Amino acid sequence: MRIHIKGGRLIDPANGIDAQHDLYIADGEVVAIDQTPDGFGADQVIDASDQIVIPGLVDLNARLREPGQEHKATIASETRAAAAGGITTLCVQPDTDPIIDTPAVSELIHHRARQAGYARVVTLGALTLQLQGEHLSEMEELMREGGCIAVSNALNPLNNTLVYRRALEYAANFDLTVFIYANDPWLSNKGCAHEGAISTRLGLPGIPESAETVAVARDLMLIEQTGVRAHFMHLSCAQSIQKITRARHDNLPVSIDVAAHQLYLTEMDLGDFNSACHVIPPLRTQRDKDGLRAGLGSGTINAISSCHQPHDADAKLAPFCETDPGISALETLLPLTLRLAEEKVLSLSEAIARITSEPARILGIDGGRLGVGDRADVCIFDPQERWTVDYNTLASCGKNTPFLGWEMQGRVSQTLLAGQSVYQVNQ
Amino acid sequence: MKRQDIQCDSQGQLRHFLTIEGHKRETLTQILDTAENFVTVGNQPVKKVPLLRGKTIVNLFFESSTRTRTTFELAAKRLSADVLNININTSSTSKGESLLDMLHNLEAMHCDMFVVRHEQSGAAHFIAQHVAPHISIINAGDGRHAHPTQAMLDVFTIRKHKPDFTALRVAIVGDLMHSRVARSQIHALNTLGVPEIRAIGPCTLIPPYLQQMGVHIYNDVREGLKDVDVVIMLRLQRERMDGALLPSELEYFQTYGLTQEKLALAKPDAIVMHPGPINRGVEIESSVADGPQSVILEQVSNGIAVRMAIMSMVLGRKPSGEEGEA
Repeated sequence: MRIHIKGGRLIDPANGIDAQHDLYIADGEVVAIDQTPDGFGADQVIDASDQIVIPGLVDLNARLREPGQEHKATIASETRAAAAGGITTLCVQPDTDPIIDTPAVSELIHHRARQAGYARVVTLGALTLQLQGEHLSEMEELMREGGCIAVSNALNPLNNTLVYRRALEYAANFDLTVFIYANDPWLSNKGCAHEGAISTRLGLPGIPESAETVAVARDLMLIEQTGVRAHFMHLSCAQSIQKITRARHDNLPVSIDVAAHQLYLTEMDLGDFNSACHVIPPLRTQRDKDGLRAGLGSGTINAISSCHQPHDADAKLAPFCETDPGISALETLLPLTLRLAEEKVLSLSEAIARITSEPARILGIDGGRLGVGDRADVCIFDPQERWTVDYNTLASCGKNTPFLGWEMQGRVSQTLLAGQSVYQVNQ
Repeated sequence: MKRQDIQCDSQGQLRHFLTIEGHKRETLTQILDTAENFVTVGNQPVKKVPLLRGKTIVNLFFESSTRTRTTFELAAKRLSADVLNININTSSTSKGESLLDMLHNLEAMHCDMFVVRHEQSGAAHFIAQHVAPHISIINAGDGRHAHPTQAMLDVFTIRKHKPDFTALRVAIVGDLMHSRVARSQIHALNTLGVPEIRAIGPCTLIPPYLQQMGVHIYNDVREGLKDVDVVIMLRLQRERMDGALLPSELEYFQTYGLTQEKLALAKPDAIVMHPGPINRGVEIESSVADGPQSVILEQVSNGIAVRMAIMSMVLGRKPSGEEGEA
């Protein structure tokens, strides 16, 4: 399949490109930019005039619910939703059922994703057996046989700091990045909302800022001691970013992502117990939101993730604390990121980098770039098109988003996965 | 959705009573004035008025309670409503039926009002958002969030003794962290114009950012009780306490328990209140609980009148002279 993407504004932050360029694709790769290769005859010409062509998005954090919770969503349904959102690579956490602590589970996920064919799925292996924080998982085998590209204990706590230390050391042994959810479970204390003025008023058990910052401080010390490469997932507090900024000055190999919704919503959005805003980590304060945005602007925060967690309708139909936390977010990742450029938090190219080249670099995978010889994972979107997030038109099985009714600007018109069209608007 | 939207209909009439927050002073005053009309009903030979005859009220208590459920039941019966008490522990929800399915089944039985108590904050709002339009919800306590009828009976009792809210200094002492009553009291007192509300307790029992609800925080009980007109003691909610909040009940009593000696710091005519049930020797000493300044039993009596007022207003009828006659 040979494709000529014609007349689009190509933004490829990894290669420092932001200009109108033609893209030539053959056999799943970018074979030329602007100059038609000798003997190239396009099977398909995509007119990208007035559109923006970027590398397919790489999402660091998404739950697909398969295996284990297929009543909520499946790998096929969610990778299809990812394609609709311009995402071509998804990274899934090991907290599936069964847990990804054997190569077989990882292989199953890869197999199902290949079968569906909408997006690439990469897996994180469990850092500890059954994510219970007691015994190390067979990380080398997970990597070698299961194709896991990094390890994580997902949202499960590692209470025993000795086991934690050993796990980090062991991961470092294989040069595996450890994905960390910074949370002190004792301080979180079964809370369901940010501990602040709103949770106090609503009488909701609060999760204090210290639940995250204390964990970040501890984790940084262990990272320094063990020399492991670490990635902090979906941080929510401005103070966490400050601490990691200081650690970066000491050359600690740490990266950070934030969930897109944390850049737009705050504790105030809980309103009258709006369960669509029940997320973990919780929506924090305006000051935290501003701090996260500043961290993006300064470059401390490397990536923006969807933190996609699709739920069935019943999961959100209960009193606030009894609902399942999480937002269905694959299809809003791109427009929310584009809005950051609109709001001058980042340049457009910097914003695109946070959802393409930077997450690919953190995962250590090929992707997130569109230079000659790179795989042709492409997202083409119309930057002017406005659309409303609507229950009936979301492709994800999960309709649990607080952005329902929000008007977004920038809509994916086509997504290519290794040169194959996997999504086309209105088809 | 704004609170006011869900609690009132398009004409501004009470549709649900979920929280004090968002209500105007006029609405609260109307509840208090309406309650005055019901105070004497309990003293009459036939303790009934026909205001809610033909209405069916369901007490849905997901959390155990004797006092509150009884006063709601009495209030409904004195308004001539039919009352159904649902024991949730043995109900279908324990067999796996969802809360909403259970509510929809009750709706199908043509009930008019659910009085809801639930261990989760926001449960009453959740139910109000999902019931059929003809059903009204009264919040009888949800998690740590609100207990608005208790707060209304408290301010009703205060008004009996101290009619001018704008001249009051009120202290709320104890476990504010876990108290839905305290949150509702604070909203009610603020709305009615009380100029100074003090929250008194150890740091571990004062929720963070409470001052943003318009109260002054005191960790020293002696300082906090100085010259107050009203002392509201709260129960230590041991069943809700996780972790190390207090070293011992003895130390708590010695530090924060209301004794004659500490009460002497308040104004001489200060009244002492407690939403109950009281823990003698933990929050309050018996001589104070049973003393001349205590209005604790008055609160219980007033609770029926206030709940009658709220039920009658929510179901859209106000007491008139004729209807008020049994």
